[in-house]
Amino acid sequence: MRRLGLRFAALGYLAAILVAPVGLVFYRAFQHGVDAFWASITTPDALHAFKLSVIIAVIAVVANTVFGVTCAIAIVRWKVPGRGLLNALVDLPLALSPVVVGLGLFLVYNSRTGWLGPWLSDHGIQMLFALPSMVLATIFVSLPFVVREVVPLLREIGTEQEEAAATLGSPAFATFRRITLPAIRWGVAYGVVLTTARALGEFGAVSIVSGRIEGQTQTLPLYVQDRYDSFDSVGAYSASVLLALLAMATVVAMTFFKPKEGTS
Amino acid sequence: MALARAATLPLPVERAPSGRALGFGLVTAYLSLIVLLPLAALVWSSGKGGLGSFWDAISAPEGVAALELTLGVSLVVAAINAVTGTLIAWVLVRDTFWGKGIVNTAIDLPFALPTIVAGLTIVVLYGPRSPIHVHATYTRYAIALALLFVTLPFVVRTVQPVLLELDREVEEAAASLGAGPFETFRRVVFRNIFPAILSGVALAFARAIGEFGSIVLISGNLPFKTQVASLYIFGRIESGDPHGAAAVSVLLLLITLAVLLGIGVVRHYSTRHDHA
Amino acid sequence: MRRPVLLWLLLLAFAGTALPAVAAPSGTQVALVAYSTPKEAYKKIIPAFQATGAGQGVSFSQSYGASGDQARAVINGLPADVVELSLEPDMTELLKAGIVSKGWKRGKYKGIVSQSIVSFVVREGNPKKIRKWDDLIKRGVSVITPNPFTSGGARWNVMAAYGAQLKSGKTPAQARAYLLKLFKNVSVQDKSARDALNTFLGGKGDVLITYENEAILARKQGQGLYYIDPAKTILIENPIAITNGKNQAAARAFLRFLYRPQAQSLFAQTGYRAVVKSVAAKFKYPARPGLFDINYLGGWTKVQKQFFDPKTGIMAKIEKQVGGGTG
Repeated sequence: MRRLGLRFAALGYLAAILVAPVGLVFYRAFQHGVDAFWASITTPDALHAFKLSVIIAVIAVVANTVFGVTCAIAIVRWKVPGRGLLNALVDLPLALSPVVVGLGLFLVYNSRTGWLGPWLSDHGIQMLFALPSMVLATIFVSLPFVVREVVPLLREIGTEQEEAAATLGSPAFATFRRITLPAIRWGVAYGVVLTTARALGEFGAVSIVSGRIEGQTQTLPLYVQDRYDSFDSVGAYSASVLLALLAMATVVAMTFFKPKEGTS
Repeated sequence: MALARAATLPLPVERAPSGRALGFGLVTAYLSLIVLLPLAALVWSSGKGGLGSFWDAISAPEGVAALELTLGVSLVVAAINAVTGTLIAWVLVRDTFWGKGIVNTAIDLPFALPTIVAGLTIVVLYGPRSPIHVHATYTRYAIALALLFVTLPFVVRTVQPVLLELDREVEEAAASLGAGPFETFRRVVFRNIFPAILSGVALAFARAIGEFGSIVLISGNLPFKTQVASLYIFGRIESGDPHGAAAVSVLLLLITLAVLLGIGVVRHYSTRHDHA
Repeated sequence: MRRPVLLWLLLLAFAGTALPAVAAPSGTQVALVAYSTPKEAYKKIIPAFQATGAGQGVSFSQSYGASGDQARAVINGLPADVVELSLEPDMTELLKAGIVSKGWKRGKYKGIVSQSIVSFVVREGNPKKIRKWDDLIKRGVSVITPNPFTSGGARWNVMAAYGAQLKSGKTPAQARAYLLKLFKNVSVQDKSARDALNTFLGGKGDVLITYENEAILARKQGQGLYYIDPAKTILIENPIAITNGKNQAAARAFLRFLYRPQAQSLFAQTGYRAVVKSVAAKFKYPARPGLFDINYLGGWTKVQKQFFDPKTGIMAKIEKQVGGGTG
């Protein structure tokens, strides 16, 4: 009896907070038929927004994965000086509002008073209100995940195998490739999925640096807001459904790759 | 014998010592470009004009109200999550029912869903055309609802693994000694999962305090009523006052770090009194 | 480890096909930056221009947002060849920053490309019987207007309200007192005119003060809206200018096109009042007996300083008193 009570309390909360809102958006998106949904999703602006989101996410994921693995090794294996600071800096994006991230980038790259902006602008490089700053913003907010997944894994698996390989004469990079990397690959995979989710869904920071240039600097989340502002509710809901489907694919991947022995 | 000796010898010198230096250098350069540079610009801009100017920027009545609202709502939401997150984790670990796997997977959805979509779902359900005739947009309740949505996974995911690993024997022993279920929970289970709850609460709080995308469509951005800190900062940027925005941003970050530190201290003390 | 590599290759290939769309397009590109409401007009005007000889092969990038925000964005580096804003002071900011040159105001139409008036949007049946400016300060009336420090439309609203009081014979002091009463009744101040319209459509407020063209457009797009043109109201004039950028020839050709009957008609179809008289005559817009323009109030330079200076302006003081914000 008590068990049923707890179960219904938990499921009831989830239904109200999670299922109802998301379900309703799906309903509204398809309310006028699948054709209307499809037409909204395949407009040039919508398709471009989708492609832009994917491109930025791919860049962010690749960059943060390479960085993440290297950084994790630097913290755990090489024990570099100042690794405490390194750890803190890597975790910082989790404590920063996306708006603050966008502001920071604005302060560095705006072409009037920015630190690097005027110089870059004089040399014809457009950072703000263009793709580069949007990529930087996305990399910033999705930075921690691969590192945070790999660090505990590296600590857990220990250095025995790597040391054994070293004493047997294996050069550093080969040891990394043959021993370390396979050992951490599921942690990396999980970190990659988390990074992808965060990168695809980024809104606040990108909203500040993008400049609202339609068809050029609109990612899919920005496109949702634009459609909503233009009285195009079907367009907004449809794009939201697309993003929700991507999110669902991501959470399925998360469940699949999640480290089995509990996270750290 | 030889192997044992080999294990205690220092590692042979790297064939490519520059490899490590290069790696470390790249990591540092990457972090500097991506994180440190904008952060430094923020801190510098907030301090531009001296302490007086910083004080003026953070003591603007609208900004103070925004910070108070943000802190208040985030704390309430984090507290609610402590309870509901533990409840959900408990049900997912200890209970079995059809569809549990799907529910377990769905918990992560708020993490993966873009915040603007989360906000849109709140508008659709609790806005003017609400099918359940609840009109909460432009109120603080809407902000709380949005924050509850986006912070859903945190406490659940930190408590779940601890519950999974918990040895049931102690609970069973307590039950056999006559302890009621609630007392067992309080004395045996709770003290073990308390640090995990705190970790989840810290994550949820940090997320809630900076949340922007899900609030942008629903709060109406009414100064002193529904304007949260992130919206206030956004407004300052768009009004051509990046200095004011930077000052409040730095303050917000300091508060976040202070709260996280506080939670970390409590967590540290609560685990210190743990016996095996 | 083979399959993940395949997946990555596929992703990269997909990204590769999309890259051309993201990279700089070939041919001339004109960057249009405008305030929030003419978006639908330009969606029709741009293809019409591209069908002409001068517009062949010219592609456009478009950005829309609150007038003040857009002006600041351009100053901060947002690429722009043609800029249309809600009101002259925002254009003056661009002049001060060297983005546009002094000559933007010369010419037959003095740099104004479209017109409108300030109107009231009310609920179906007008339950609160709102017809005149004095109805807005009655108790229990909830007014929606954007924030004057970010939105150009809001500044037009304020000056329409102030000017209407003067037109009724009130003194400047009484007119200022009216503004205070009006803003005490304002329940939401959005960033831009478009956001305010969305807020009103979302169920908030009894009356929305906005551009007539916004009201007409929303009605056309199926939003159940009813609007009233008050007898005393201000003539809204939207300035447009070419920036000192690279694509001057194409930008100039586009600007010339905007004054042709075809483009002016397209503006009119989305609710604007055409500046070209021959086109205006075709669309029967109600003339308002008490219509005045900004010169009646001393011109924008004087008004901007007197009312909208963030520290000393009349509106800054009023915002403080009603607990609103200056942005």
